[in-house]
Amino acid sequence: MALGWLPAIHFYRSVHAMKNLTMQRVRCTTATAPDSVAVAPSTAEPVVSVSGLNKTYDSGFTALKNIDLDIRHGEIFALLGPNGAGKTTLINIICGLSNASSGSVQVAGHDVKREFRQTRSRIGLVPQELATNTFERVLPEVSFSRRLFGKPPNPAHVEQILRQLSLWDKRDSQVRMLSGGMKRRLLIAKALAHEPEILFLDEPTAGVDVELRHDMWQLVSGLRDNGVTIILTTHYIEEAESMADRVGVILGGEIILVEDKDDLMDKLGAKRLTVQLLQPLARIPAALADYELELAEDGMALVYTYHPQRDATPVPRLLRRLEAAGVAFADLKTEQSSLEEIFVNLVGERR
Amino acid sequence: MNYHAIRAIYGFEMARMRRTVLQSVISPVISTSLYFIVFGAALGSRIDVIDGVSYGAFLVPGLTMLMLLTQSVSNAAFAIYFPNFVGTIYEILSAPVSYFEVVLGYVGAAATKSITLGTIILVTASLFVSFEIQHPFWMVFFLVATAVTFSLLGFIIGIWADGFEKLQLAPLLIITPLTFLGGSFYSIDMLPPFWQKVTLFNPVVYLISGFRWSFYGVADVSVVASLVMIVVFLAICLATIAWIFKTGYRLRT
Repeated sequence: MALGWLPAIHFYRSVHAMKNLTMQRVRCTTATAPDSVAVAPSTAEPVVSVSGLNKTYDSGFTALKNIDLDIRHGEIFALLGPNGAGKTTLINIICGLSNASSGSVQVAGHDVKREFRQTRSRIGLVPQELATNTFERVLPEVSFSRRLFGKPPNPAHVEQILRQLSLWDKRDSQVRMLSGGMKRRLLIAKALAHEPEILFLDEPTAGVDVELRHDMWQLVSGLRDNGVTIILTTHYIEEAESMADRVGVILGGEIILVEDKDDLMDKLGAKRLTVQLLQPLARIPAALADYELELAEDGMALVYTYHPQRDATPVPRLLRRLEAAGVAFADLKTEQSSLEEIFVNLVGERR
Repeated sequence: MNYHAIRAIYGFEMARMRRTVLQSVISPVISTSLYFIVFGAALGSRIDVIDGVSYGAFLVPGLTMLMLLTQSVSNAAFAIYFPNFVGTIYEILSAPVSYFEVVLGYVGAAATKSITLGTIILVTASLFVSFEIQHPFWMVFFLVATAVTFSLLGFIIGIWADGFEKLQLAPLLIITPLTFLGGSFYSIDMLPPFWQKVTLFNPVVYLISGFRWSFYGVADVSVVASLVMIVVFLAICLATIAWIFKTGYRLRT
């Protein structure tokens, strides 16, 4: 496989180039990579394509149900969901740690089972568990990972990664001497050692302090700028908010939503104003027809949903209109719709 | 072939051996020396010459085989059990390596260790007793084939074991008794006729007999039978490993 990784490097660069193009909002429909047929699909093709994926464990537990998911080149994709939703199972199947019961997974146009060399050499995986060889030393560990993925030794590259992750000073330390945060960074260094095009981060910030979390996101955005596609799982919504281009929500083994983050933020940003009335209303006054109002069942409250991002001061205006329409009110209450609510609504709709 | 990966795994395992030199090399050498002192020098002087070979010299191939078998199994078993236990196996499973390459790395390293150890034990033995090697080629063949076969067996045990107890139990309950009863310390001619028949079901008998033949030209069973047995053994282990990897048994859920 000595030649196997060479086209991959070309591909890596071309992806980088493409990323720059897409950032300028230029649609690239044909592949510009040198080995376009064999190696590099066009940007229109997803870098990871999951279709009809099912996973049922021997115990009978169904972890994934008919998953369809496409990950685009160079994006940061956040997979959200509660514990046990199937996030890790999905990642494990894409990375080769687990076998699917049915369905197919393609990475850069290659089947993850039949052409595992092509798919796995493109992928770096940072697992959720801090699984480390406690008695090894940092530098040999990272060099080991690089060679395991079929790349010739490259001390300069390994040094660069260790410096980026502030581990260079610890290169001769035994892994067991590292703090939890350092171990997490070591796992990231190992995953990056073979210059992957796709990086999977499974709960990368679980149990990580705020400062380190910030550093980690800087690293991730740096990688994205270099054309690396990043797929991360998390159950912290703020992480997805601050980093992701797109967000997927997985619940009970099903993908229930895949959306651009900005669109999702719109939903997230929705607020609800409840106006408690003094007198019950039979229906919404005609004078207020241009507002998206709902009347509570007992007629004692008006509910108004609005988006602060789109409209800066809708509440005072509504209140003035209410007064003008002669609707007397006793109290006001505003609520932010949380992601959890969106989850619950989505699940409710599906049932 | 992902040669880098094979070399990485092999190098990783060999580095582990260098780091744990006391446990991997010195302790087997010490226990072998003790066997020689007790059975060879102290008791051996009271035991008659067997098949024209002094008891001390007779012990050399048997003891070497004993160490070779137990060390091959425990080295390879531990090498694959540990990453599976602590979870670092994720990296091997997510790497672009075929099963064959993984086995080559781990089993190659385990076999290298036990071959090195076997050689060291032979050298150590030469300090206590004088012995000859009539068929050096076949001696090396049996040494290497046994080391490889039992490293494969160890690899299988390491994957099968789901706790440290099982990891220790298999060598202790199977390998050690079979080796002790397989003629490490005696010629099976010395057993009562009934037990001579029973002992033929012990595969280790064939290995020790063949190995001893390569030293002194005398054997309990025919050399051809020994060669056939080691090949059959090797084939069984390879088939089992092929099945493990095909089904993902205990590795890929």
